[in-house]
Amino acid sequence: MPSGIEERVSLELQHISVKLVLSYAEDLDLDQVIPIFHSWIQGQLTEELLLDVADYRHVYRGPGIVLIGHEADYSLDNTDNRLGLRYNRKALLEGSNEERLAQAARAALSTCQQLQEDTRLDRKLHFNGQEIEILINDRLLAPNREETREALRPELQGFCNKLFGGNEYSLSYGTDPRKLFTMFVNATRSFALEELLENLLH
Amino acid sequence: MKASNTLWKEKLAGQMPDTLSREIDAFETDIALRKQGKLDERLFAETRLRRGAYGQRYDNGQRSDGQKVQQLNFPSGTLTKGPNTMWDAPGMQRIKIPAGGLNAAQLETMAELAEEYSDGIAHVTTRQDFQLHYIQIDDTPSLMRRLAAASITTREACGNSVRNVTACPYAGVCQDETFDVTPYARALSKFLLGHPDCQNFGRKFKPAFSGCAQHACGLTSLHDLGLIATKRVSAETGREEFGFEMYVGGGLGAVPYQAKLFDAFVPPEELLPLAQAIARVFARNGEKKNRNRARIKFLIQDLGIEKFRELVREERKILPFDPRWTDYIKEALAEFEEAPLKPAGALPSLVAIEELNGNSGNFKKWLKFNTRPQKQPGYVTVVVALPLGDITANQLRSLADIVRRFTKETVRTTVEQNFAIRWVSKSDVRELYSALRAAGLGEPGAGALVDITSCPGTDTCKLGISSSRGLAAELRKRVTEKSFQQDEAVQNLHIKISGCFNSCGQHHAADLGFYGVSRKIAGYAVPHFQVVLGGEWAHNAGSYGLPVVAIPSKNIPQVVTRLTDRYVAGRNTGESFKDFIKRLGKAELKKMLEDLTRPPDGDRSFFSDWGDPREYTLGDMGVGECAGEVVSSVDFGLAAAERELFEAQLAFESGQAKQAGKKAYQAMLNAAKALVEIEYSDITNDPNQIVAEFRSRYYDTQKFFDPFAGGKFANYLFDAHRKADQAYTEESSRYLMDEAQLFIDAAHSCNNRMGTLVSV
Repeated sequence: MPSGIEERVSLELQHISVKLVLSYAEDLDLDQVIPIFHSWIQGQLTEELLLDVADYRHVYRGPGIVLIGHEADYSLDNTDNRLGLRYNRKALLEGSNEERLAQAARAALSTCQQLQEDTRLDRKLHFNGQEIEILINDRLLAPNREETREALRPELQGFCNKLFGGNEYSLSYGTDPRKLFTMFVNATRSFALEELLENLLH
Repeated sequence: MKASNTLWKEKLAGQMPDTLSREIDAFETDIALRKQGKLDERLFAETRLRRGAYGQRYDNGQRSDGQKVQQLNFPSGTLTKGPNTMWDAPGMQRIKIPAGGLNAAQLETMAELAEEYSDGIAHVTTRQDFQLHYIQIDDTPSLMRRLAAASITTREACGNSVRNVTACPYAGVCQDETFDVTPYARALSKFLLGHPDCQNFGRKFKPAFSGCAQHACGLTSLHDLGLIATKRVSAETGREEFGFEMYVGGGLGAVPYQAKLFDAFVPPEELLPLAQAIARVFARNGEKKNRNRARIKFLIQDLGIEKFRELVREERKILPFDPRWTDYIKEALAEFEEAPLKPAGALPSLVAIEELNGNSGNFKKWLKFNTRPQKQPGYVTVVVALPLGDITANQLRSLADIVRRFTKETVRTTVEQNFAIRWVSKSDVRELYSALRAAGLGEPGAGALVDITSCPGTDTCKLGISSSRGLAAELRKRVTEKSFQQDEAVQNLHIKISGCFNSCGQHHAADLGFYGVSRKIAGYAVPHFQVVLGGEWAHNAGSYGLPVVAIPSKNIPQVVTRLTDRYVAGRNTGESFKDFIKRLGKAELKKMLEDLTRPPDGDRSFFSDWGDPREYTLGDMGVGECAGEVVSSVDFGLAAAERELFEAQLAFESGQAKQAGKKAYQAMLNAAKALVEIEYSDITNDPNQIVAEFRSRYYDTQKFFDPFAGGKFANYLFDAHRKADQAYTEESSRYLMDEAQLFIDAAHSCNNRMGTLVSV
């Protein structure tokens, strides 16, 4: 049974991660991502203060290449052998849950757009158009269990309805209670990043 | 800052040991006071260090981005968590694991913390600790509470305190140990944690235990306090007695010291009181003002081991009796007894292996390198090799599942940055291998050439000069491809890398060791590694390697290839790498590597480090500033110093210790003179004048000061000058040569800094 604390906090979502699953050419050279992330630090090209780059490609199915920021990290994350662009919000955000979900999704989508368009990657890396993971990186706010899933389902579905413009998608959840609360979203058709960003504006 | 930070205290109330809970509450108060400006930044810095909350690279709020130095404008503005350390800058959290012992729940806690507060990675250190990086100081009380609820503390993981008590990870299962040292390590750790006699050290104090003298696993020779299990027959009773050989004053750092024998036999009941007496003597007599001479090794060097022993014995006599001296050991002996989960078994036949695994080649390699028969028949210890000591949160959970499934959660971290799973029934080995492989934890080569040790280096450490992890990753990639086809003797060599002279990668104890230095070439700072060859990993790090030559980082893989190929081709039957290096001698080694000391003409890749495309800088140097080869008089002078030191090493090698000492001293004078000449061209060769001018122009003005080590290296010169009339012994010459190398490296750095334009 959830404790009193968990009942109090589970309605406020913070530390939201959004991961866009990528499709990529087999000859994609991820080495190139490191200078790209460094150039983003040089230009401070995101809303967050960017600090450093960490390369964890030597670990199996790990966080890959991480652009460390103060308020959030960006990474080419390979957790569960699913290479994706992940935005991981660290700092607190004001607003409603829907606004915080939208902020994290926007950050992931626009960053993915930047990578897709970067000529240094030869346009070999793309959002696969359909698969998105939403994680809550705080076990006390969102313990990974059925009660949390039930409590959050309406808001998460509302957000996904908006993101996909009312089109169909399926939701599933990670069930290992030791892991972070994770929702897997799978759209029934392919979406362009621009389209998803546009949907979030309305 | 985590939204849940205010809630963990309530959530975990009653689940934490009271002492730890109070400790963390006090720290949380200190955080609040510091934020209100009511606690001095220096005091707060030591406070957080003693709780394992360390600084990390760029925490001064500046970072070179390869084009310029960026000011990192953190939201908390000018608030600091220590001198020149910005509050919001991410830091490192070190987590003590006494004797490396963990259970499954603790592994799962580590996974949670790595995900929620760090970047998803937990790092195992060379002292059996964990480290999490990119941690916000505001999150640390919650992180510490969650650890405390899992019976883990970060207390005294850093700072001038007793650090993690390490122990051989095979203690209790090793086939040729004298006895299991684990309970004694745990008892000592508990006894010294927060002990009043350990709160006034000038520097850190690191204890280590080993179950035997012959293996490397405990590394007692390089610790402040080393305990090796031993036994003797009592002259009085004729019975066999168990105890410890006690060593003191070992340490790596800039100049490595081998620990000295304090007592050939310490009975178990005397272990804790004697350690307490040593702590008192160290606290009372150790250096406090000059932290560069504050480790206990310097106190012992200054006093001499006889005098130090006498002081400790006197102190022991007057220690008030403490029942914990024996109670803690009795408790630990009862608490830490291990047992298997499964019945003893036999290893599967190779036919079965091939049938069931398909890729039997990898399994055979894994069996060879990653399993170790226990003294208990039918069981093995399995070593999980972690690349660069890193493990993901998911892997930690998988490991927790595996140790629950196959053992009674008997797992330990190792000083080679791996895990050791103990008490695996031989009949489970194949299944366990499959489970590890599924989690990406089944890499073969534990303890082999491919299992490279590295400190964090320039990735995250404030002191890093070169990218030790970048080099380790590159070497690992290259070595993996061919290591298992190589000669057996090469497969078993050890590579260890430190990002600077401070030796956290334990490079002194490696066959092939490297530590980061910088050199100026054609007006550019170029990342280098000093090559240190012939250290001994066995016998608890029985002897240290000596520096041979500094090589640009990008040429180090060629150094490894060249040396290992030569070893395979030229070694005598049964000749160890250490003996091979000794036989070759420095002159030959240097000649062999000479062409690698300079980057190839026009190859700009040498101006950046491994895994980091930014142009390498110690400050910020304009890329187009010096297009051609520029060699100034100071460069020549420093080269002369290097030469003199090289000759010193040759003299030492040929048994002329006195000559070596003189030359090492002269090398330091040459380097000092080279710097003085920049400002004062009429400097003579008079040592008194050189030292006086150097002192007034570079030491008093702090121009020579290392950003982190301060005037440490200049003091090497002053000490050498002061003792110039004394006769050099073999030991003093050896130390002097190491100090001369560091002084010359510092002179290079000083020269680089002076030629560097600092931009903002």
